[in-house]
Amino acid sequence: MNTTTGLLPAKQTYEYGLDHVDALEPMSDPIPERTKRTVKSGDSEVSTRPLAPVRKMLSQWFMANIVKFLLGLLSITLFVGFWYLATKYRWDFYIRFNSIPRPGDVFTEALSLAHQEDFYKNMALSLRRIVLGFGIATVLGILFGLIIGRYRLVHSLLFPILEILRPIPAIAWVPIAIMLWPTNESSIVFITFLGSFFPILVNTIEGVSNQDKILISAARSLGAGEFALMREVILPGALPSIFTGLAIGMGVAWVSLIAAEMIAGEYGIGYFTWEAYSLIQYNDIVVGMIVIGILGLGCSGAIRLMGRILMPWHSTNNGRS
Amino acid sequence: MMNQGEIGLKGRIDIQDLKVTFGRKGNLVEAVSGISLHVNPGEFVSIVGPSGCGKSTLLNAVAGFVKPSGGKVLLDGKEIKGPGADRGMVFQQYSLFPWMSVRKNVEFGLKMAGKERNARESAARTLLGLAGLLAFENHYPDQLSGGMRQRVGIVRALATSPQVLLMDEPFGALDAQTRVVMQEILTNMWQRFRLSVLFITHDIDESIFLSDRLYVMTARPGKIKAEIEIPLPRPRVPEMADSAEFLKLRHELHSLIREESLKAMGGELKEGLGGFDTEVGPKGIQALI
Repeated sequence: MNTTTGLLPAKQTYEYGLDHVDALEPMSDPIPERTKRTVKSGDSEVSTRPLAPVRKMLSQWFMANIVKFLLGLLSITLFVGFWYLATKYRWDFYIRFNSIPRPGDVFTEALSLAHQEDFYKNMALSLRRIVLGFGIATVLGILFGLIIGRYRLVHSLLFPILEILRPIPAIAWVPIAIMLWPTNESSIVFITFLGSFFPILVNTIEGVSNQDKILISAARSLGAGEFALMREVILPGALPSIFTGLAIGMGVAWVSLIAAEMIAGEYGIGYFTWEAYSLIQYNDIVVGMIVIGILGLGCSGAIRLMGRILMPWHSTNNGRS
Repeated sequence: MMNQGEIGLKGRIDIQDLKVTFGRKGNLVEAVSGISLHVNPGEFVSIVGPSGCGKSTLLNAVAGFVKPSGGKVLLDGKEIKGPGADRGMVFQQYSLFPWMSVRKNVEFGLKMAGKERNARESAARTLLGLAGLLAFENHYPDQLSGGMRQRVGIVRALATSPQVLLMDEPFGALDAQTRVVMQEILTNMWQRFRLSVLFITHDIDESIFLSDRLYVMTARPGKIKAEIEIPLPRPRVPEMADSAEFLKLRHELHSLIREESLKAMGGELKEGLGGFDTEVGPKGIQALI
């Protein structure tokens, strides 16, 4: 082991830090967990091995992330610091901080809102609209994407009209949506749906048509029919691209939802924020914005988490290349 | 003897006057022109030829991916209508499903055949064990080396118990050392399962080492130029490559294929040189090389 250490650049041993021996082990361990456990008998070195990769991973993760974490904290502190100074001294240089609420007031207001049932009702309603609109967009976007990507005839039939509708921002649909749908609620869900539908659709189509044709040939030579091909090969093959679409779609869904709530809303966090402006409750505006940010972040995180769960093969691939 | 009788029935490939053309009217390219050949049940037959001679097209016609423009392809007397699990296919590029573990990849054909989970699992594990891959059953393809991936590809093709195995330069992407090992593994598997193999390659040594019989194809449009028996005894071992018999066969094949490669390159050169080609025949290129 010592001779190997000498051969490695000093930087590497430093970076992986805490545990020299483990850090020097090759990244790809060719012995799978199953066999490791079965060869336990006697040899103490062998029996402790399953734990070593965990410890190695933890220490590596810690070292790699502590700097990242500190830098992230620093940028947030700087931002809040600037906000505090700008509002405390009412900076006025073309941009005016005169009526902008101060961080402390916003924090106090947030604490008091945390006790009000109406505030949670607004959040819950917005989330419900996202779940409905984005959910329907996910189902329809993937379904249409798979069919349009797979069958040239359907592609020729549907793609042109979808291409024409696609550049129209969801918010531009608000007047028509209000006329089209019987309730305000359904028209807001419709706007949310429209915002996320196209990114999901387009990315699914792309995922299907960029698929390696050899995999389809392989599946067919193994006896796969059209339906099995769709479910077992084309859908999973398009998943990475679909998840790109879902991540983008979730972002656009929030943009569309907030805009729709501000224009046509009854309740919802976007409505809450706009209402605060109308009622000159400026602290509430900022609380609304922060809540929108946190909810959006959480939704995007949920998508990423789901991607990692549904595509374990994809993360191993990324880790290597 | 019993075994021989059993395999005598199944896995015979007959190709009769096969023609395959690509493209539209006015711009037709003839890839394969009037090829007739056969593979006996349990026989290992290779097709060698210069690159671009239509070897892969021929194999794809047997696999059912390419429709013949003329002639017939028969498996045990029945005309081939499309792809199916009765013909195991091993591709040149890696064709494992990246989102499935090694074992799920091997199980795929059995799943398509409607086999239940337990039967699939044990069949796949048995085969992986034979190929020395059982320890990797839960790995994803991206975690394996090229040679291992191709071994999984072979095991996957074998899992549905096909009567024939179609292999399209399966070791073309591997380095020389891995290639030799893979050839030995393939020979072992083939002898164990006693199925018919139609093997495409441009590697002369590989074709001699593996085959009972081989066909040499001409440059495009591909026709059969020669049929050669390989009388080397089985089991084959790498040391045979030094035997006088092997060297004689290699020499014979080299000159056959060299002729065709030069023809193919001559054609390309002619196209490239436009009208100035009168001096550039096979001789001229030989001088260049």
